[in-house]
Amino acid sequence: MTFAIDMTGFVALYVFMLAAFAGWVIIGNVPAILHTPLMSGSNFVHGIVVVGGLFTLFNASTPLEQGIGFFAVLLGAGNAAGGYAVTDRMLGMFKTSDAKPEHAHGHHHGRVHHLKKKS
Amino acid sequence: MLTQISQLVIGLADLCAAFLFMYGLKQMSSPATAPRGIKIAGVGMVAAVAASFLYLFTVEAAARPHMLVNIGLAVAALAIGGAGAWFVGRKVPMTAMPQMVAIYNGLGGGAAGSIAAVELFGARTHGATQLAVTLLGGCIGAVSMSGSVIAWAKLDGVIKKPMRFKGQQFVNAAAMIASIAVAGVIIASGLGVGGLLLPTATWIWLYFACALLFGILMTLPIGGADMPVVISIYNAFTGLAVGLEGFVLQNPALMIAGMVVGAAGLLLTLLMAKAMNRSIANVLFTNFGTPVKTKPGAIKGTERPVDASDAAIKMRYATSVIIVPGYGLAAAHAQQKLYEFVKLLLAAKVSVKFAIHPVAGRMPGQMDVLLAEAGVPYDMIFQLDDINDDFATTDVALVIGANDVVNPAARTDKSSPIFGMPILNADKAHQVYVVKRGQGKGYSGIVNALFYSPNCEMVYGDAQAVLIKMIEAVRGLGAAAA
Repeated sequence: MTFAIDMTGFVALYVFMLAAFAGWVIIGNVPAILHTPLMSGSNFVHGIVVVGGLFTLFNASTPLEQGIGFFAVLLGAGNAAGGYAVTDRMLGMFKTSDAKPEHAHGHHHGRVHHLKKKS
Repeated sequence: MLTQISQLVIGLADLCAAFLFMYGLKQMSSPATAPRGIKIAGVGMVAAVAASFLYLFTVEAAARPHMLVNIGLAVAALAIGGAGAWFVGRKVPMTAMPQMVAIYNGLGGGAAGSIAAVELFGARTHGATQLAVTLLGGCIGAVSMSGSVIAWAKLDGVIKKPMRFKGQQFVNAAAMIASIAVAGVIIASGLGVGGLLLPTATWIWLYFACALLFGILMTLPIGGADMPVVISIYNAFTGLAVGLEGFVLQNPALMIAGMVVGAAGLLLTLLMAKAMNRSIANVLFTNFGTPVKTKPGAIKGTERPVDASDAAIKMRYATSVIIVPGYGLAAAHAQQKLYEFVKLLLAAKVSVKFAIHPVAGRMPGQMDVLLAEAGVPYDMIFQLDDINDDFATTDVALVIGANDVVNPAARTDKSSPIFGMPILNADKAHQVYVVKRGQGKGYSGIVNALFYSPNCEMVYGDAQAVLIKMIEAVRGLGAAAA
């Protein structure tokens, strides 16, 4: 029994197609107010490249490969850690009026709801 | 046996990571669940990175003697890169977020490019398809890396002006054609064709040099106002590069994560381009951002100044106020003062809303983050489509540090460079106050017809100083009444 992944030709294309479609649908539902954290969050997600970097570094057998592999892991780790840090920080800033009773004016649980009531 | 167990565990960890990434991003569809979303994605990342140490049980025979060194290098790279970026990410001010995101794009692109380089130098790819995908991913990653560095330099003010020279597009095209040609040579060499003038390794170096150069050349001429689009494009590029290298390494987690991000970046790019009424090709290949001269006679009327305190009192007794903040607000570090003023208005039972244009700030959604940082609850923040009809029934529109996004010329004046761009209809409010440094033009150098309209008055001064005066004026009223 083997668990090695062997993905060629059309299987790979199907994976790409489905992932792109899923990404498009998922991201399309993110409200504009969150577009900056979304972008830094998706930044964080492509930080997964660090795993690829580790794979190449572990398989490196010449100083050149080791050097470039080190560089790949260094950049990938920076990408993942930094992307997470800024996204988490930004998302922690978004608060509702309900959370602060001193200037709550009505119960707005969602923007759309609020808008419909006012117009 | 150990190899199989390692493969199984890595496979499962990566599967979990891919799921958690998508689930985490899905949680971002509301500000209430979004903080949890990034934490969920974070768990996936930690699992995938931890599991990838099991690759050590599966390494090629040639790499075995180097295992200890490689482990040391890996741990060092993870520690230095991770801790360094974490530290910077925790400290960086919110106004510098676009630069930061540009850097992260560059890091990811550089990592993808490096993976491609190792695969090529080690001659690990087999067959034309694998080689072509490796080269394509490497090229996109390298372009994203060097381009992002230039984007960072521009956003950070290191490079102040777009750099353009005659025939630039031909040079860009030449760099691109050279990359493709060199890629062809590398594929030929990989397939065993001889007599290629230079050793393969030299060609590989040349290839990455071309790609890096192309990224620099492509980004240099793009104007500062177009940076939101450029950051989004490089976000998509890096995602794509990661996805392609994932295919080369036969790692579906990289493929899925990369493609999801690629699609996300593309979507944001299209949204930004639409909000600026321009095509992506137009942003990349034409020179927008150069000052446009409008005939002075084209706009009738004069700019009428008003005192900050008078404007403040008018707002205090209004029923509804919509505030249109722009990047100028953040540049003056006046978000906190603005919210302080808004709290006074709310206490006086004035309905206050914030109207955000999609390209307010230097990247998509930056203004929302800056307001959130100042403490503005997100249910007071509205996007263009949700609020534009409300201006007509609003007493006062307060425009702070925004210019082009409220220029009615975009609706009416076909000769205006921003004609057709969706704008916030601030001019339709009964009274408009514009807080502005002086009588200068906006970021894009276009004359704003709103400033001359009869229902508009100008409050000149630094946004922070003006808001302090406004706060004092409203507080003074309260004191007088008591």
